[in-house]
Amino acid sequence: MTSAQIEIQLIACIVAVACAIPGTFLVLRKMAMISDAISHSILPGIVIGFFLTEDLNSPWLILLAAFSGILTVVLVEYIQKTGLVKEDTAIGLVFPSLFSIGVILIAKNAGDVHLDVDAVLLGELAFAPFDRMIIGGADMGPKSLWVIGIILLVTLTLLLAFFKELKISTFDKQLAATLGFSPVIMHYGLMTVASVTTVGAFDAVGAILVVALMIAPPAMAYLLTNNLKKMLLIASGFGIIGAILGYWVAHWLDASIAGSITTVLGVLFFLIYMFSPNRGLISVLYRQKRQEVEVHLLTFLLHLQNHSEKSERHINHLNEHINWHKVRAQSVLDLALKNNMITIDDSIISLTEKGKTFTSEAINYIITNKSAAIEEMKDRFFLFRG
Amino acid sequence: MKDKIAIKVDDLTVAYNFKPVLWDVDLSIPEGVLMAIVGPNGAGKSTLIKAMLDIVKPIAGTIEIFGKPYKKQYKEVAYVPQKGSVDWDFPTTALDVVLMGTYGSLGWIKRPGKTEKKEALEALEKVGMLEFRSRQISQLSGGQQQRVFLARALVQKASIYIMDEPFQGVDATTEKAIINILKELRKSGKTVVVVHHDLQTVPEYFDWVTFLNVKKIATGSVKDIFNDDNLTKTYGINYKVSLLQ
Repeated sequence: MTSAQIEIQLIACIVAVACAIPGTFLVLRKMAMISDAISHSILPGIVIGFFLTEDLNSPWLILLAAFSGILTVVLVEYIQKTGLVKEDTAIGLVFPSLFSIGVILIAKNAGDVHLDVDAVLLGELAFAPFDRMIIGGADMGPKSLWVIGIILLVTLTLLLAFFKELKISTFDKQLAATLGFSPVIMHYGLMTVASVTTVGAFDAVGAILVVALMIAPPAMAYLLTNNLKKMLLIASGFGIIGAILGYWVAHWLDASIAGSITTVLGVLFFLIYMFSPNRGLISVLYRQKRQEVEVHLLTFLLHLQNHSEKSERHINHLNEHINWHKVRAQSVLDLALKNNMITIDDSIISLTEKGKTFTSEAINYIITNKSAAIEEMKDRFFLFRG
Repeated sequence: MKDKIAIKVDDLTVAYNFKPVLWDVDLSIPEGVLMAIVGPNGAGKSTLIKAMLDIVKPIAGTIEIFGKPYKKQYKEVAYVPQKGSVDWDFPTTALDVVLMGTYGSLGWIKRPGKTEKKEALEALEKVGMLEFRSRQISQLSGGQQQRVFLARALVQKASIYIMDEPFQGVDATTEKAIINILKELRKSGKTVVVVHHDLQTVPEYFDWVTFLNVKKIATGSVKDIFNDDNLTKTYGINYKVSLLQ
């Protein structure tokens, strides 16, 4: 690897972690879309900042642009509070307006300078190593590495200091307020960090990738853990994996790095969405299917217990009597047999002792509404699950 | 009448979009009572306690907690919000939620340590939830979630407990467990204010009651004022205590 390659990957990784931290809280607050809004509406801030400073990495430009990010949040909330339009509509109204002001400002005034809408939206990570930080003639590395590095450091410090406050105001805003923590301060603090991170990262990776890095890794982590600290760590980890994998995909395809990282994140999310052990789509469907069969099994056993007459227990009468298709009746019958709950004697089905005990216990739990106890009981009785 | 006043509400008016939901409410809650706030839907019961907690800003009137505004007394008050007010899919455990109750006395930045954890575990034990301490909160039943909320209020070690419909959607065992703890709190001199829906249980559970329907209808001891007259005034139809049983 050349040093430029290493620098690019390092920048991408730091951006990924800096985005994953505020992103985790945005996802938990159901505010993912606000990051999209911020990423667009910082444009006028960037343009005005650029006119004033003529330097895309100037701290003034970053602060000004972050201010327009916060302005977005304030405007969205103001419009929403009037009760005349809903929040998603308010977001859809505010950020295109601010963004288009930026577009017009660029078109009118910046025809001859290095600043165009594409650069802001898509960024170009491959160029990041060319813009060096020179102090007293010594090369200190790429400028954007410094910018985003400092932003990450500040974000981490704030996270460590205010972890408890962030957690409580995200989980239970009212409790936070009654305990003397101002949810408003936490809210705007988080929005400021999200805005500053977006601005700091746009030059390197572009505004769209910032959104992907803020939302996709926390969304993946959310499907994998029940612990906020772990969620932050896993989200950061996925951000880093996406950044490095994406870089090499871009290298291999000779395509945009930001685009490749975003694609890799999309693919990773899809995989976790499908295969996450507890909350993944496949395991959810599997559990549902299993529960469905087991509910049918219980219905079937109940029917057997309620009817001693032979006509009701004849194997051929089952689909008529409890109104099931052949396939379902067969699979339920198989499951009951495999678990030694029933015996079949001359096409007449009878409950075994085990089947009787199971059914009576289950009825008891269903009447008293103890679903956890039923699951526990299934573990005790079943040799094979549905 | 008891001497010391825990919560004093004076001329309180709260409006949402200029429509008053509470109108000129005066209320004195004596220290050491277990009080139900009852009234029909939309009577402003939740709004009243939210105003006491400074979550809702009134357009007129004042509220004092032991003679001072809420902002100076927030450590004296523990709040149990409605179960539905939070997202139970939040990635956290029962113990962690109870620990949040200690955040108030810790103040900004300081983290909960061993002492706080011990207190949280004790509170979980008190509500019969110790074995569920590591359970993710979405894996708890409605009654268990409510008990976790109560445990969180207990670790605040406040003098006043304010609860918004703690019995809604909970099983009979949880309801018993909760009311026993509330009675214990009263015995140890705490003041407990509960927004309550089930009129039938008022005489059994509470010793103090406030009838509310936008305006305050009556407030006092259950013995003195829980009668047909006040029920009818509050609910607008011919209500009789004897019909509740």
